[in-house]
Amino acid sequence: MELRKDYFADVRKDGLNEIGQPRPRLDSPGHVTGKTAYFADRNFPGMLHLKMVRSPHHHARIRSIDTSEAEKHPGVVRVLTARDVPHNVYTILILIQVGPEDETVLADGKVRWKGEAVVAVLAETERAAQEAAAKVKVDYEVLPAVFDMEEALKPGAPVVNEYHGQNYYLYDSGECRKVRFGDVEAGFAQADHILEQSYQSSPIEHAPTETTGCVVAPEGNDRFTCYTNTQAMFFTLDNASIILQMPGSKLHFVGGTVGGGFGGKVDVIVEPIAILGAKLTGRPVSFVYSREEEMQISSPRAAEKIVIKDGVMKDGRIVARKVTGYTDAGAYSRHSPYGAQKGAAHYPGPYTISNVWIDTYCVYTNRTPSSAMRGFGVTIGDFALEVQMDKLARLIGMDPLEFRFINAYRDGDMKAHRQPTEGAALIECMQEASRAANWPVAEKYMAMSSYRKGA
Amino acid sequence: MAIRRGRGVAAINYPTGMNLGGDPTQALVHSTPTGNFMVTLSSVDLGQGMKQIMAQICAETIGVPTDRVVVDTADTDTGPHCMGTFASRGTHRAGNAVIQAAKEARQVMLEVAAEELEVNASDLDTDGQGNIQVKGAPQKSISIFDVALSAHFKRGRSISGRGMFLIPRSYPEKETGAMKPSTCYAHACTVAEVEVDDETGEVTVLTVKNVFEIGRALNPKMVEQQLVGGSWMGISHALYETTEPYYPNRDHGGTDFNQYLMPGPGDLAETEIIVLERPSADGPFGAKGPGEMCANPQIPAVANAVFDAVGVRIDTLPITPERILRALKAQAAG
Repeated sequence: MELRKDYFADVRKDGLNEIGQPRPRLDSPGHVTGKTAYFADRNFPGMLHLKMVRSPHHHARIRSIDTSEAEKHPGVVRVLTARDVPHNVYTILILIQVGPEDETVLADGKVRWKGEAVVAVLAETERAAQEAAAKVKVDYEVLPAVFDMEEALKPGAPVVNEYHGQNYYLYDSGECRKVRFGDVEAGFAQADHILEQSYQSSPIEHAPTETTGCVVAPEGNDRFTCYTNTQAMFFTLDNASIILQMPGSKLHFVGGTVGGGFGGKVDVIVEPIAILGAKLTGRPVSFVYSREEEMQISSPRAAEKIVIKDGVMKDGRIVARKVTGYTDAGAYSRHSPYGAQKGAAHYPGPYTISNVWIDTYCVYTNRTPSSAMRGFGVTIGDFALEVQMDKLARLIGMDPLEFRFINAYRDGDMKAHRQPTEGAALIECMQEASRAANWPVAEKYMAMSSYRKGA
Repeated sequence: MAIRRGRGVAAINYPTGMNLGGDPTQALVHSTPTGNFMVTLSSVDLGQGMKQIMAQICAETIGVPTDRVVVDTADTDTGPHCMGTFASRGTHRAGNAVIQAAKEARQVMLEVAAEELEVNASDLDTDGQGNIQVKGAPQKSISIFDVALSAHFKRGRSISGRGMFLIPRSYPEKETGAMKPSTCYAHACTVAEVEVDDETGEVTVLTVKNVFEIGRALNPKMVEQQLVGGSWMGISHALYETTEPYYPNRDHGGTDFNQYLMPGPGDLAETEIIVLERPSADGPFGAKGPGEMCANPQIPAVANAVFDAVGVRIDTLPITPERILRALKAQAAG
């Protein structure tokens, strides 16, 4: 790595004692010698193991659940169903008033994706819990499912989630989050060329070294300590408090070093049901996802479909940009309404365009609920935007890097979401990339600056 | 049939934090009797080194070496509230809270030292080595060890401070989308060089040159570990990863690392990292959050390089050999 101190030296105070110093990490020796403690290193006498019975169907009505054989299985201590959960229908962003509550801790009457939790089994050993889970009998009536976002948005499509009533998240702005800036149609009318292209991604996995999980221990005084690898301690505690209808003072959450998060550990999935198990049995409970659960049950990054329509002039200026983004939330909201909204704020990218129209939709389908992941709302948008930029440059016969200089945002430029640009540095990054990659651009671009004054 | 070479570029920005949901984090700082400092948080260290960076921020603010600071975090019985470690917010939000708490503690520390030295607190400064001295007269000094002992056993003072950082929630305007989604933006430009085998569709990423502007590299070695890791993740996202290879079809999802493809050490490109620092107005020592941003620009840069190499656009992620071969076949057909 190279620190290029010559850029922005006039606005930076160097020469500090501790900041800017490459101090060795104090936790590294523990990590590399295996001494760092993770939640799963906690082991309590009499600890039970929780395993989930999961839906084999993408969409089905539950006619009946028979747990009698599972309860008789040797080593089984308790079997939990929806009626054991005090506040079974929840949504995590209710903490910041983003509703409605749309998801069940344990399925109640319906399953909406293949893998959805239906029954929780608590047993003396993991093996006993697994074997007993296989003995739970659930009678399903399979319903038509919808997997494709465009199909889901068509009239007459199966309704994925009745708590929403339609297969998209209803924002206060309507069926999508909107950004309107300038007059996009007038921009297209004046453009020399128009290019409309569609981009698509599929879900991906966070792939942390340590899978999602927690260990809960009753403290003997009606309080419960939850050792967890959540990325957000109070966010998880407060949601558990709602789901369990327990005062927050009865809950004590302890984290520590987490073996990788990447956004995959902010869903509040394992903690509430494990605490409930500990409360109802009076015993410590461990609930840890298998690698298979981490990959197919735990929320992935949402698949997205993004349509970009641009109007561009022969001289390289983009004069209009219209983006329609679709985020595949799967069956439940989790963090996806927020991600789609973050996308609306991110477009049209780090470029100054005077006519912009953005619609971002959060769409429900019968698949594993997606949620937060490193860069969500932005990562796939950047893929689409930057491939589109490459296509536009080639369309007008311009060097792709020079084309970006022409449109790059600079201090003071008004963004589409009506915030003035501050602290821009895109131009300097491109100048340095031009040098480092030996990708020469015209001198006038190398002389540009993100600063406005004196420009 | 040939191995074809191409290169592609991408330039991006990335917001720090999550103003669209409200964004609070608090911190507490106190000294021990012998002049070490405890930072108490409930933020989570995901392995990226949050504890280390909070220790350095506290040490710089109080004016002591980093090894005099211990960070106690992720316990809801002791740590004050933190929204969580996500949205590239940890260093920026918690760092600001730690600075505020450390400033308050530093002020008490200087007041106690002033009483011991019989001078005004405003005439004192730290030497960064564990001592407090009179400005312009460094021979007149007292160790922070002795100041802490005095505070605890003689003066009855608590060398401690409270810190809070809150970005108020921004509500998007319904019709126009006017909103303040973030406080500062990190930037990047990446150039990727690839080879594409037009017989097998296989892509080899040869080099990835990343320029990142991150506000301030608080600890350059830790910045490097995060940016290099992010760059590798970007390649993985571009070419390998999917839990549903034939999305929207639900079948064929990987359930372990044999089925879920990621690059191995031999698949990773020669990676170059160049860092620029334009301090942000509201970041701790100007830092921005590059945690998410650093895995993004490689994806379009690789996609554009594939086009440059073989002349087909793969607009669906991941860019698999199968998709490249199908596109080449379609291109040949005409």
